[in-house]
Amino acid sequence: MSARLGPGRTARTVIGVVIGGLFAIPIIAMVEFTLRDGDGHSLAHWAALFDPENARQYAPIWLGLGNSLVLAVVAIGIVLLLLAPTMILITLRFPRLRRAFEFVVLLPISIPAIVLVVGLAPIYLVIGRTFGTGIWSLAFAYGITVLPYAYRAIQGSIDATDVRTLAEAARSLGAGWGAVLTRVLAPNLRPGLLAAALISVAVVLGEFTIASLLGRQNLQTALVVVSKQDTYAAIIVSLLALVFAFVLLVVIRLAGRTQGSAPRTARRAATAPSARAESPSDPSDPSRKGNNT
Amino acid sequence: MAITAPLTSGAESNHSGSARRPAARVSVPAFLGLVPFAAYVLLFLALPTLLAVLSGFFTEDGTFTLDNLAALADPVILRAFANSIGLSLLTAVVGAVVGALACYAMLGLAEDGRVRGIVDGASGVLAQFGGVMLAFAFIATIGVQGLVTVWLRDTFGIDIFVNGAWIYDLPGLVLPYIYFQVPLMVITFMPAMAALRPQWAEANLTLGGSTGGFWLRIGIPVLAPSFAASLLLLFANAFSSYATAAALASQGSQIVPLQIRAALVSETVLGRENLAGTLALGMVVIMAIVMWGYSIIQRRAARWQR
Repeated sequence: MSARLGPGRTARTVIGVVIGGLFAIPIIAMVEFTLRDGDGHSLAHWAALFDPENARQYAPIWLGLGNSLVLAVVAIGIVLLLLAPTMILITLRFPRLRRAFEFVVLLPISIPAIVLVVGLAPIYLVIGRTFGTGIWSLAFAYGITVLPYAYRAIQGSIDATDVRTLAEAARSLGAGWGAVLTRVLAPNLRPGLLAAALISVAVVLGEFTIASLLGRQNLQTALVVVSKQDTYAAIIVSLLALVFAFVLLVVIRLAGRTQGSAPRTARRAATAPSARAESPSDPSDPSRKGNNT
Repeated sequence: MAITAPLTSGAESNHSGSARRPAARVSVPAFLGLVPFAAYVLLFLALPTLLAVLSGFFTEDGTFTLDNLAALADPVILRAFANSIGLSLLTAVVGAVVGALACYAMLGLAEDGRVRGIVDGASGVLAQFGGVMLAFAFIATIGVQGLVTVWLRDTFGIDIFVNGAWIYDLPGLVLPYIYFQVPLMVITFMPAMAALRPQWAEANLTLGGSTGGFWLRIGIPVLAPSFAASLLLLFANAFSSYATAAALASQGSQIVPLQIRAALVSETVLGRENLAGTLALGMVVIMAIVMWGYSIIQRRAARWQR
């Protein structure tokens, strides 16, 4: 039926091919660029990047990648061990706080990272003096930038699950709260938790603003450093990172779909990071904004 | 009632009493479960935001002053704000129109279908996680040695950089920004588009209306608030974006986020103290206005999405 609303087959194809084609150009250009070799094309630059002999030259990339992975793990920890339990607590015991809570966790969308970093600088000065300048501490800032995305993913699963009844049933059967959380609720909320974790990885791997201005090395700052000597390597890694993020998002979508019993809302919320917008229950949700920092 | 520390520590605590009680009867321990998260948000979200915004009101030695605000009237800073707003406006409008067209093309495609899956995934990546990598994509495309640049030069003899390498200047930001604005429009506007009821089209046809009439009298009026809300969101997105510009614009600080970088890196740009804080304040004010408008319009738009 909805076909009547949409364009005809021809119009759809034309629009799709034109817009899709235009958007493919930069990606194709990246591929072509990395394959250049003198006047022809070869895999020379790809081989060079992974050649152990050049390890020193590309060291910043591997260091940055390692740092970003550490940051991603700590950020996931914040999401799963701090955000998720708090959300469950709000659902079970403080339902009236939900709107206020939502306002707070969606706030990072309205506060540009470049503004946040101005205030984070003095805080990280103190953190650096107290805990040292290990890369992991940066994840506290990343946990904030990840909040809106992770919240949306998890809330979708919470809305699709009768958390209250499950918790009561488990409690009345004698389960302690630890067991309720880890063995009853967590498995039921798995699609949302998984989506939140994967989105956190995508956000952290793409983050540049905060790391760069706080003088830390992550994947993105390394790309900028390396690009000054070897544009090819920077573009190869960018391409790989974009493809990796794309795969992550598709996996999130598929993972959301396998939650067969859950209503559509949960599935949607768990798929695209911004699909929460479809939830009519929250018209003022500003969380669809991108995070192109 | 005992949803207390266990929620955060996983430890056991007393489990007396049944779970279902009116929500009003909140025991003190349950409240404690909120403390870790509240502390985290205060420390890493509220505090930095306050520090950023308030630092503009203080001198280096900590005395209150309004002098720093004068920086916002500095011609260089005004120019940066004008550039930022102009760039955001231009890319938001182009992104909104092209993105809405893409949404229209996807009307009627199954939500679980392959095309929607690919478009959603690609939109998410480009709109939300691109940053620096998009800058490199455009260096490979319209950079001095970019694919399109070289192709235009070798095939048509057109040198797009005849007036200098504008890709590293303000105009160079327009295409990359549109490149992440369109996908964001797809993400934000598609739900509104998908909420159009086929029944409305049927009713329109039954009553003798045409397809053009449907869009003119029903479709566009219903979608207008959502479109406006998405437009504001796109504006906010471009306005607060930093990474793409930082990686691309090597010549000067044409937009506000780059001015903040300059101010952070060297403390005394334009001979002013705490300029970064003043600029951050300016950005926050504009963002607040835009997001406030967004929430008002979006509330209205949501009427049709039930």
